[in-house]
Amino acid sequence: MKHTLIAWMEDKPGVLNRVAGLFRRRNFNIESLTVGHSETLGISRMTFVVDGDARQLSQVQTQLAKLINVTEVQDVTNEPTVIRELALVKVHADSTNRAEILQLVDIYRASIVDVAMDSLVIQITGPEERVNSLLSLLDNFGIEEMVRTGRVAMVRGNGYSANGRHS
Amino acid sequence: MSEKKSGAQIVWESLMREEVEVVFGLPGGATLPIYDALAKYEYPVRHVLVTHEQGASHMADGYARATGRVGVCMATSGPGATNLITGLTTANMDSSPVVAITGQVPTSLLGRDGFQEADVQGVSLPVTKHNYLVTDVQELPQALKEAFYIARTGRPGPVLVDICKDAQQAEMEFEYPDRVDLPGYNPNITAADPDAIARAARLINEAERPLIVAGHGISIARAEAELRQLAEKANVPVATSLLGISTFPETHPLSIGMGGMHGEAFTNYALQECDVLVAIGARLDDRLTGVFSTFAPKARIIHIDLDPSEVGKNLTIDTPVVGDALLTLRALLPLVEPSEHPAWVAQIEQWKSDTDQRDLLAQETEELVPPFIIRQLWYLTNQGDCAIVSDVGQHQMWEAQYFPHTKERSLFTSGGLGTMGFALPAAIGVQMGRPDEEVWVVAGDGGFQMTMPELSTVAAEGLPIKIAIINNGYLGMVRQWQDVFYDKRYAGTPLFNPDFLKIADAYGIHAVAVDRKEDVEGAIRQAQSHAGPFLIDFRVEPFANVFPMVAPGKSNVDMIRRPMPATAEETSEG
Repeated sequence: MKHTLIAWMEDKPGVLNRVAGLFRRRNFNIESLTVGHSETLGISRMTFVVDGDARQLSQVQTQLAKLINVTEVQDVTNEPTVIRELALVKVHADSTNRAEILQLVDIYRASIVDVAMDSLVIQITGPEERVNSLLSLLDNFGIEEMVRTGRVAMVRGNGYSANGRHS
Repeated sequence: MSEKKSGAQIVWESLMREEVEVVFGLPGGATLPIYDALAKYEYPVRHVLVTHEQGASHMADGYARATGRVGVCMATSGPGATNLITGLTTANMDSSPVVAITGQVPTSLLGRDGFQEADVQGVSLPVTKHNYLVTDVQELPQALKEAFYIARTGRPGPVLVDICKDAQQAEMEFEYPDRVDLPGYNPNITAADPDAIARAARLINEAERPLIVAGHGISIARAEAELRQLAEKANVPVATSLLGISTFPETHPLSIGMGGMHGEAFTNYALQECDVLVAIGARLDDRLTGVFSTFAPKARIIHIDLDPSEVGKNLTIDTPVVGDALLTLRALLPLVEPSEHPAWVAQIEQWKSDTDQRDLLAQETEELVPPFIIRQLWYLTNQGDCAIVSDVGQHQMWEAQYFPHTKERSLFTSGGLGTMGFALPAAIGVQMGRPDEEVWVVAGDGGFQMTMPELSTVAAEGLPIKIAIINNGYLGMVRQWQDVFYDKRYAGTPLFNPDFLKIADAYGIHAVAVDRKEDVEGAIRQAQSHAGPFLIDFRVEPFANVFPMVAPGKSNVDMIRRPMPATAEETSEG
């Protein structure tokens, strides 16, 4: 089963290496991983998706928490969360199909962030399913390039602060 | 206003504040400033020069295990630091508090692959509890303070501090920090959650066939007395892991010895048949459990461990009890009701019934078999009043089987990593930590040669270490597997050995060879009465194997037992 976890860690050199090394060494199956600043200076926040059974999930949490620089780990899979992903897609577009693409962009509340004679760059933000859905439609026009950030998550209402405590 | 000091001085100033008495190391280009400061300012820290840095990390580990204090080793950049890695991994697997200080190339040369540069932080990262790369002298006092704190608190382990040469030379106004800044580290030395303890007590009280598995965590937490109280109060038999040996007196009526791959048959039957298993400070690794899915199939398992990542790592645990062994046992004891379990105790006694017949010591043979030497050593050390440092292999298992440890923390061995070459350098650390104790190295001829040059450290430091080489001319345990699983094709296992007496003599160490049973006692007594180091080359019967034996990938009760006298070896089914 897939789980979404959030980990907070000190923003120090090599921390990402420690986390990535742990995932590799313990043979954890990580599907996506994003990391960036949190609201607290010096604390980074990582969202990652891991696939595994209860034992593996418990190992991911306890082994990560054991890293000296990791301050907190939370499994938010069963919490009400806002989950978003951002994708940039460069799609083949010319005068014959541009209008059709613009229509899809409009339906998916995506946006055009670059226009060239024979291509468009589309930005879409949303839950993964919505991103997937638009991507499969755009595939019909010829996707030239694509980049996705992976999942970021935040618990709704009283969520977690950088200390991992309910705020 | 404090005085300005160089990074090199700060290393020694910090070690002194951590009350470090001895450092095991070998200097090099990237640690020259640190070594020069030791000579120039005459810091009262004893430096023990090793012959190879692997020895330094094993010595620091042995010192730490013997004293319960942090052991310190030191090496230069590049190969010096990478040579430490086997010892650090050994310490990490066995939760031993070690601080390794390594020199690194100057900051300006980092990442340029210059002479003797290695990514030591990267290399040591997965085999240490934590590590630091210090590029600025201003970071050095905090890094050293935290290194010692992390190494010795919580579940102990090795911490490495890599210090760039320019940071050793730069100066700062030194003040040793009085606190650490580690928001993500909570060593959590507390008793477990009271509800979990109550659940554990209820299971123990309801049990008809309870069993304790005692591990290394007992001795790290110094909970030997509480373990004994628990066992005696509820009459619970006590099995141990390899590193759990010497946490519970093995002559005690409730002791059933080490379980697992080379455990006694009755110990493994007890593990198989118990209805409640209380694992305390034990990792429950594959050497103890056999195939995970077949371990203790009838038992509800209570796992008491300080490290939450150990609980449920290998087995499904019915009652996780995350807490310090000492404090948790203290909280558990009043909740446990006195009990007898006569049928269960009688059952285990019945399983023991044929063990004596199968015992190698009961066989009438003129051959010098290793168990005979081990038992003689036990007898002649006033029944185990000494520290044994065993290496890895057949002799290690015979030691575990035939030396009934009754003294707390009297066995030191590489349990988790199984590091051949551990014994001699680790014994140097043990002897330095316990100068008044009789320290015996028990090593095979293969493992002994891996770190044999540390004989020079033994001789130079004048340490009265006694060395028993169990010399069978083979990498014995590997040979044993070739005997059992590979149709006796001895690929790579016959050894070409030097004359160990001449080797010892070259270092000025007294030595004798023994190849007859009747000479064992005399040789051990000679070693004991000799004031300095002493080596005995026991030339043993080469084809003796260690039984019982659980084949890898098998259940613990599916073991090859010791043969009954004058019959072929049999595979036991119960």
